[in-house]
Amino acid sequence: MMNTPLFEIVDKPIDVEEVRQKVVSRNAGAITLFIGTVRELTKGKKTLHLEYQAYPAMAIKMLEQISKEIQERWSDEVKVAISHRVGHLEISDIAVVIAVSSPHRKVAYEANEYAIDRIKQIVPIWKKEFWEDGTEWIGDQLENVPYPKGNPPIKKGEL
Amino acid sequence: MIRILLFAYLQETIGESELKVELSESTVGQVKKWMETQYPNLSLQNMMAAVNEEFATDDMIVKDGDTLAFIPPISGG
Repeated sequence: MMNTPLFEIVDKPIDVEEVRQKVVSRNAGAITLFIGTVRELTKGKKTLHLEYQAYPAMAIKMLEQISKEIQERWSDEVKVAISHRVGHLEISDIAVVIAVSSPHRKVAYEANEYAIDRIKQIVPIWKKEFWEDGTEWIGDQLENVPYPKGNPPIKKGEL
Repeated sequence: MIRILLFAYLQETIGESELKVELSESTVGQVKKWMETQYPNLSLQNMMAAVNEEFATDDMIVKDGDTLAFIPPISGG
């Protein structure tokens, strides 16, 4: 268990308990788990299944960066572990699991939400939707302007 | 030699996940323009890029041995 990396891109189903175990700490009073799953309906359109693709080496670096940002923003007592799945996923399959532990619950909730928001901004992972009438690579889920300066919207100094 | 990595719709548009190109030292922006001449139906002007796994702006230099990845708008999570 000690050797499993905190941040992983995997092509097999994610074991939620395994991710939770990675943030267990005697100083923790709370662990929050976010489990992102494949939704069937988006704006009335029916998804048959999904495919995720990642740039794994960079994705892991960016997940590590998110963890650093969390520790700088809250405290280095906060522990973060994230696993994101790639490949073919069916409806209700788990796409991402984020575990955050901290001495108190408020930070565990807030930091967990921060992590998923940042994943959608800076971690190079793409989702392809398969519908009854076609397929599409999805981008821009946050309805951001598509990166006017060639960079994702992050504060200076965070790179 | 510069390694160019392509993902998502870019990979499908070009039909390759990776290109190996001999280019003299160039900026990210120059490589984008070069790619557009090779693949005329491609638009990379607002495309994010990463050099050696770090986000890079158009004025950053890409040199021999570097890996340049084009990062279409992401949709993980």
